[in-house]
Amino acid sequence: MTGVPDAIGPVGRALSPFTIHLECSALAVRDALASVLHALQPLDLTAQETGAVEVVLAEVLNNIVEHGDPPDIDRCEIEIACAHMKDGLCIEITDGGSELPDSKVPSGCAPPIDVDVANLPEGGFGWFLIHTMTREVRYERGNGTNHLFLKLAVGTRV
Amino acid sequence: MELSAITDDKLRIVSVQEPRIDAAVAIAFKDAMRAQTDCGPDLVVLDLSQVEFIDSSGLGAIVAALKNMGKNRRLALAGLTPTVARVFELTRMDTVFNVFPTLEGALTTLRAQ
Repeated sequence: MTGVPDAIGPVGRALSPFTIHLECSALAVRDALASVLHALQPLDLTAQETGAVEVVLAEVLNNIVEHGDPPDIDRCEIEIACAHMKDGLCIEITDGGSELPDSKVPSGCAPPIDVDVANLPEGGFGWFLIHTMTREVRYERGNGTNHLFLKLAVGTRV
Repeated sequence: MELSAITDDKLRIVSVQEPRIDAAVAIAFKDAMRAQTDCGPDLVVLDLSQVEFIDSSGLGAIVAALKNMGKNRRLALAGLTPTVARVFELTRMDTVFNVFPTLEGALTTLRAQ
């Protein structure tokens, strides 16, 4: 018998799956990002990998805080669940806010910037950055809850 | 949002004194930049060397600062740290601004123009 199979699965040495909860506020997003990066320290990610995780998560969480429009803001809570697999980092973000338009992941098209300065876009880059910096983005809606699944190709070094 | 500024006859250097330009401070950054650039030299260098992280809200706030300055004025960016540089590169906003790796390099180039 050989040892650990090659099938995708948790990497033994690296990181236990963890979950972080936060309120729907921009300052809570800051704290949550710091908590996630701290929890990922055992993976010894490169600075570029850490930056990708922070940017992608910031964009997702900011979207929820800004557009989630939960039915009861006092009870708004977001959950971030992370698990490290052989082919990267899996992150599931769950929230009770509004459904994404058409119940699907928004397109990752960047707004045009070859325009006069006065017409330059000041927004619209969030989903573009999320798509660009992830390997996979998947969305499910059920029981009034949004589930966004992300996979980032980080922490894949042998 | 704490910004500091140094002005000479040719340009104004505005330095961000905080490690993040994110959704939590994007509006405050825009307002502070407007206060720093409403008058003064036509050329402004935004020193980002202390900024470790930016999100799309922060990026939008820097674009807004450029637009607020109006025509015939320039906003150059200097001292981008790796994650900030990556966000600018991925969104191609690095082609909209004059981007310099260091403040010293920016000043040398811009003062010679």
